[in-house]
Amino acid sequence: MSDYWKENISLLLKLLTVWFIVSFGAGIVFVDLLNSIEFFGFKLGFWFAQQGSILTFVALIFIYAHKMKKIDEKYGVDD
Amino acid sequence: METQTLTYIFVGLSFALYIGIAVWSRVGSTKEFYVAGGGVHPVLNGMATAADWMSAASFISMAGLIAFMGYDGSVYLMGWTGGYVILALLLAPYLRKFGKFTVPDFIGDRYYSRAARLVAVVCLIFISFTYVAGQMRGTGIVFSRFLEVDIDMGVMIGMAIVFMYAVLGGMKGITYTQVAQYCVLIFAYTVPAIFISILITDNPVPSLGLGSELSDGSGMSVLQKLDTVLVDLGFNAYTDGSKSTIDIFMITAALMVGTAGLPHVIVRFFTVPKVSDARRSAGWALVFIAILYMTAPALGAFARINFINEVNETAYEATPQWFKNWENLGLIGWKDKNGDGKVQYRAGAPFEGKPKFEGDTRGVNGERLVSNMPTKSQNEVFVDRDIMVLANPEIAKLPGWVMALVAAGSLAAALSTAAGLLLVISAAVSHDLMKKTFKPDISDKQELIYARIAAAVAILVAGYLGVNPPDYVAAVVAFAFGLAASSLFPAIFMGIFIKSMNKEGAIAGMVSGLVFTFSYILYFKFISPEMNVAENWLMGISPEGIGAIGMVLNFVIAFLVCKVTKPVPQTVKEMVDTIRVPSGAGDAQGH
Repeated sequence: MSDYWKENISLLLKLLTVWFIVSFGAGIVFVDLLNSIEFFGFKLGFWFAQQGSILTFVALIFIYAHKMKKIDEKYGVDD
Repeated sequence: METQTLTYIFVGLSFALYIGIAVWSRVGSTKEFYVAGGGVHPVLNGMATAADWMSAASFISMAGLIAFMGYDGSVYLMGWTGGYVILALLLAPYLRKFGKFTVPDFIGDRYYSRAARLVAVVCLIFISFTYVAGQMRGTGIVFSRFLEVDIDMGVMIGMAIVFMYAVLGGMKGITYTQVAQYCVLIFAYTVPAIFISILITDNPVPSLGLGSELSDGSGMSVLQKLDTVLVDLGFNAYTDGSKSTIDIFMITAALMVGTAGLPHVIVRFFTVPKVSDARRSAGWALVFIAILYMTAPALGAFARINFINEVNETAYEATPQWFKNWENLGLIGWKDKNGDGKVQYRAGAPFEGKPKFEGDTRGVNGERLVSNMPTKSQNEVFVDRDIMVLANPEIAKLPGWVMALVAAGSLAAALSTAAGLLLVISAAVSHDLMKKTFKPDISDKQELIYARIAAAVAILVAGYLGVNPPDYVAAVVAFAFGLAASSLFPAIFMGIFIKSMNKEGAIAGMVSGLVFTFSYILYFKFISPEMNVAENWLMGISPEGIGAIGMVLNFVIAFLVCKVTKPVPQTVKEMVDTIRVPSGAGDAQGH
């Protein structure tokens, strides 16, 4: 079971890294830098802060649900 | 037909629908009352979660806040959606596997302690009441504008409706009512947004319209235009904002973690059949939320452009009717400082505080006279941020039925959240206080009676808070997040991921996080509001963002106390092992 938990944690860490980079990274800390890039009429940093991060969040949860289901099946602990 | 009549019809029909659903899904057992029998489909549960979650603050206040804050408004967009990632990845599946009714249930069992359960109940009640105050104020605003009753009366009508379906229906009634409310609110939010987007940019998708060119032939995009106009009027550029990076960072963090720690959201994941459903359901909830949250920033930007176009430098007599309507309600105030009879909209406060009117005395231009002390800024107009979404259809001159729809939608948003909150309060009182702490021998039926009494009392308190609201809707709501982030979230997180965390650590952490965050907010917002400026803040962090520090404090204290106290019993470690795997989750019940 400890292998199952390790795989879970490693998946979590990967997804949370992306979560952190798009919101706190692209949307906040590096927003001025990215704002020099034009993106469909938006400044890129501003777009990440108001829209891009939300789209990424949705994707992250579905990726997690999908991959976890695979991991559950691999270890025979699915419900 | 007149807008007023249409509003009565739309609001009446939607309420009839909610009450009909509540009666149809009346509950008889505590399990149905608390968790809807546990058999709700993940997509429907996602929809109910979205309605539960999107409150008066999201529906009424958020676009207005973004309209006036520009880039700074991103804290709400990222904060209130990013929390779902934490919730889905770190909490929801494990709490579903745990399979009990309430958040204090988990904390009480995991930390093998009645004291921990009590602390959790106190946190939960603090959080839920702070939050529900915002909802009731929202309901009051909507009723007063659209049904032409006074705000207190509006709050009372709202209380009666919530009482009907929260007390009779419990979680089961609420779940299906919230699905209906989601449909009403999202339709009401997007329809005017689409119209306005077409008017301003020719693009029917508002979230794309935000980046499109204006249809006025200027060749500028919406955001470029706003940046230019606002800088001319003395504001910061729309896409830059004025808060410091650390404050933006901390407020976003506090809102994200707070979202994941809000009891009425967490408890929704107890209602799906399987652990894997809890994960997917969080994804669906965010999809339904994202529809509104992708539209809000566009709506905010359009509203600001429209406001400047129609009001700035316009003679008072020539201002549009909506301007006068909201002035009559006291949510817009104009003081003709330079005596030219025109409305100057500039950066800065027009006068001290919220407008105070001398009864209904009118000035030379026909405006309501404001008695506040003027400030030195050139700005002459006060706008309450909460009106932007409600005023939008009028500003864009949309037909009466759209306004009626917005009224129904905003009530759906406020009431669905209020009902969800009242339910977690009543469950905490009847289940965690009565059944599990003081009177363990009461029957299922008696517990249900306590739950209903608690819900009724909670509605009365919520109504009182709605009549005497502490602050802007969204600002009040932000406090609830700080408290959730600093007290409940760390305790639940450590309960799942840190097997060795013991009860002493968890309790010390919760208490210190809650006390720290609560006192910081209380001091700056209520005791010494005049001190509430960046120079006085701890590390430049505003009261809205302090929950993030409270959370860190909670973790640190918990680990320190844990180190010097007795280790966790073996049985608890085994329990943590079982919640970490999805298989063997308790059966859901069909209904």
